[in-house]
Amino acid sequence: MDVEQQNGPDRSFPGEVHPTAGGGVLVTKLDEVINWARSNSLWPLVFGTSCCAIEMMSTASAKYDWSRFGFEVARATPRQADVIIIAGTIVNKMAPVLKRLYDQMADPKYVIAMGACATSGGPFFYNTYSVVKGADHVIPVDVYIAGCPPRPEALLHALITLQEKIRGGGARETIKVPVQ
Amino acid sequence: MNKEELKVRLEEILPAAAFEEGSEWVTMTIDPAAWKEFARQIRQPSGLDLDYLFCVTCVDWKTHLTMVYHLVSTVHRHILVVKAKLDRNDPEIATVSDIWRTAEFHEREAYDLFGVKFKDHPDLRRLFMTDDWKGWPLRKDYEDPVNMIKL
Repeated sequence: MDVEQQNGPDRSFPGEVHPTAGGGVLVTKLDEVINWARSNSLWPLVFGTSCCAIEMMSTASAKYDWSRFGFEVARATPRQADVIIIAGTIVNKMAPVLKRLYDQMADPKYVIAMGACATSGGPFFYNTYSVVKGADHVIPVDVYIAGCPPRPEALLHALITLQEKIRGGGARETIKVPVQ
Repeated sequence: MNKEELKVRLEEILPAAAFEEGSEWVTMTIDPAAWKEFARQIRQPSGLDLDYLFCVTCVDWKTHLTMVYHLVSTVHRHILVVKAKLDRNDPEIATVSDIWRTAEFHEREAYDLFGVKFKDHPDLRRLFMTDDWKGWPLRKDYEDPVNMIKL
């Protein structure tokens, strides 16, 4: 347990096990268990609008393998997805589509804005008639990633940050856990 | 067919052809009024056989617009670039969508972003921008104070 905490975020089960004869007694809070369970099985939506999507695909593939952290299956339908990674530029014509996809996702749902375009409109598309100046003008965002495009490690870091937010009760759609 | 032979053949078809020097491909400037008939002739399989229109674009020079057509013969492998100077206030040129089908949506793009009107185009509507969009976004004097900052 101590080693795990030193090497990274605490991914362990939230609760205490009291061994007794023939088994054990588990003491925990249901709220925390639900948040813990949700954070470890985040299914991303297949959604990419430009070059960030290439990095996202790389993050999913064998070399970086985001399955290791519980992101496992990318879903091609918003109705089965938990998290939408906005991987790329959102243009004015795409904005209603993004909104609809977000609305179609089942609660609880999470949003990651990946890269400069999704967070602010982008480094080179900013001064134009066609680009939304940040996806948070359309849907709420939980985690932002800087970069153009961000490296797969940065996306993994963002996804782990989202997990920590959910576990800690800090994400928008999560069971609020009082700070101890 | 090399560049010189191509130029000779083009001069036979259109004696008024003006060639540009120093470009990678044979480049000529023509009068927009002569474009349609010229296009029909260079497409002929028995002639130059320029059967593939691989790029149609427009350039805003602030004083005028220029339509640029890139053509290639998939049989003989020669490439020709045709330019036509248009009036910026009333840019109009004949469509070639009945000669090269691909021009149909390339011309819609040029209409959408530069406001070039293609005479006799079968379906000249906005392509990328919304149907109710005002103005021609890729023109140099295009202004959008809500979304763009002036540098």
